[in-house]
Amino acid sequence: MTGKRKLGRGVAIVGAGMSNFGMFPDKDSKDVFAEAFSEMIAGVDKGFDPADIQAAWIGNFSNDFFVHQAHWGPIIADLTGIAPKAVTRTEGACASSTLAMRDGLMAIASGMYDIVLAGGVEEMSKCTTEEVTEGLALATSPYEGDAGYTFPGVFGALATAYFNKYGAGREHLMNITIKSHENAPLNPKGQFKQTIKDLMEARKAKAEKKGLPVPGWADEKEALWDPAFNPPVAWPMHLYDCCPISDGASCVLMVAEELAKDFTDDPIYVVGFGQGSGRGLHACPSLTSFEANKNAAKEAYGMSGLKPRDIQFAEVHDCFSIAELIHIEDLGFFEAGEGYKAIAEGETRRDGRMPINTSGGLKCKGHPVGATGTAQMFEIWKQLRGEAGERQIPGRDLYIGATQNLGGTGGTCTFTIFERR
Amino acid sequence: MEERPFSDISYRQFLSEGKFMGSRCRKCGELYVPPRHFCIACRSDDMEWHEMVGEGELAAFTCIFVAPPHMVELGYDRRNPYCTGVVTLKEGPRIVARIEGVDAARPESIAIGTPMKSDFIRLGEGEGAKTLLAFRPS
Ligand SMILES: [Zn+2]
Repeated sequence: MTGKRKLGRGVAIVGAGMSNFGMFPDKDSKDVFAEAFSEMIAGVDKGFDPADIQAAWIGNFSNDFFVHQAHWGPIIADLTGIAPKAVTRTEGACASSTLAMRDGLMAIASGMYDIVLAGGVEEMSKCTTEEVTEGLALATSPYEGDAGYTFPGVFGALATAYFNKYGAGREHLMNITIKSHENAPLNPKGQFKQTIKDLMEARKAKAEKKGLPVPGWADEKEALWDPAFNPPVAWPMHLYDCCPISDGASCVLMVAEELAKDFTDDPIYVVGFGQGSGRGLHACPSLTSFEANKNAAKEAYGMSGLKPRDIQFAEVHDCFSIAELIHIEDLGFFEAGEGYKAIAEGETRRDGRMPINTSGGLKCKGHPVGATGTAQMFEIWKQLRGEAGERQIPGRDLYIGATQNLGGTGGTCTFTIFERR
Repeated sequence: MEERPFSDISYRQFLSEGKFMGSRCRKCGELYVPPRHFCIACRSDDMEWHEMVGEGELAAFTCIFVAPPHMVELGYDRRNPYCTGVVTLKEGPRIVARIEGVDAARPESIAIGTPMKSDFIRLGEGEGAKTLLAFRPS
């Protein structure tokens, strides 16, 4: 009934930019978007006139709630000078800017446009934690709200189901946190730049200075087991299983394949894209997998002709530690129920067989929700071109990377595959 | 039999009357809780109301220590956490619901697979009254 999905015309990314991620009381959404946009322009190797952008899509989840400003298309159009041409806001919760990229992809593949901008922005830190929690809860299903679920709560429930089915435990999720924090100091744009060890030492120094008992943690896991260091949020999700509240923006410049070399000798091609929709916790077929992920993976692998083993590294949506574990299994990088063992053996570390979240992930880099998808692509762009600096994946010739972006509690999942030729 | 529309509004009305109801497809027998307007298995829209037995077992859970505003209003916080879960019903479908009668401050004491029976939590009075589905160990 439906044929194999193929792009009508190839699409390449020829520039990428990302603002610093963090909490910026003195900056608003326009300020951080300007930062990302300027970096993107400066990063186009052969130079580029922004007046050539024919249309743009901007992901934003909920600035209407967070900063009482909803209509972001024209604001970004004005800021960047794209006005009076079309700029459209896309919404897919935490996957909003991947959907912006998808719209750009379709527009170029269809022949409608040749040069488009896709990006995203979110400004969350002007709200209290309670307000942000309430704002994010706009992306859960109504049944979960009635039952008292929070965002971390949904992932906490998935974690208990995973632990029960596969025999994993909190100590396995800690491996994910420790790994993300090991990559963090290598990312100058990230919100957190400290390893768990750094944070432990800081805690000890603080206790000593105040004349309080100095914690005697033997290693990172002992600290992470200590509720004074790592309090429960939605058990078994503790503080260090959760990504922070962030402000930030990111964007990519996309062009038709035949134009790519006019911009750079080293473009990155989008070779596979897939998206899926999930249902509430009560209706999803599995409590240890996101069916939306599976659909996204099937579509993206189908479009690209690639298999999970062809993907050399990936940025996946680790809004909560358990999510990273589920994603790497859903995408076929590891068998179901095997991911946590591979993580324990270091396979997802920067120097491992399948590096995951070299950027530090959402956990350390930060998660301004609408900006996350294209920020993941920024990392792929840097790594594939060998420009990731200190965090460059060592000793490998990289040519295939992927991003997986999740919106809500799995309601929207995307998987995008990038190739350097 | 009941003539109410197969909607979330009807579902909540039933809860307020102390009834836990799903919708069943008359054509293929598929059962949905909360109710669906039409059957996504066979695409029939010939549905009927079905009262659930209210028994099942705990399939997943979490204990919430950082509560959302509507739960803080009810007195829940870091010192007084609450449990919410997913229950696999005897009839097959799963449902999300508050889990009562467990020690949410000691999540390690709560086990997946625990047999559960349904209960109702009644909140507020008059116009603002609300009834929520809950489960507790049976
Ligand atoms: Zn049916």
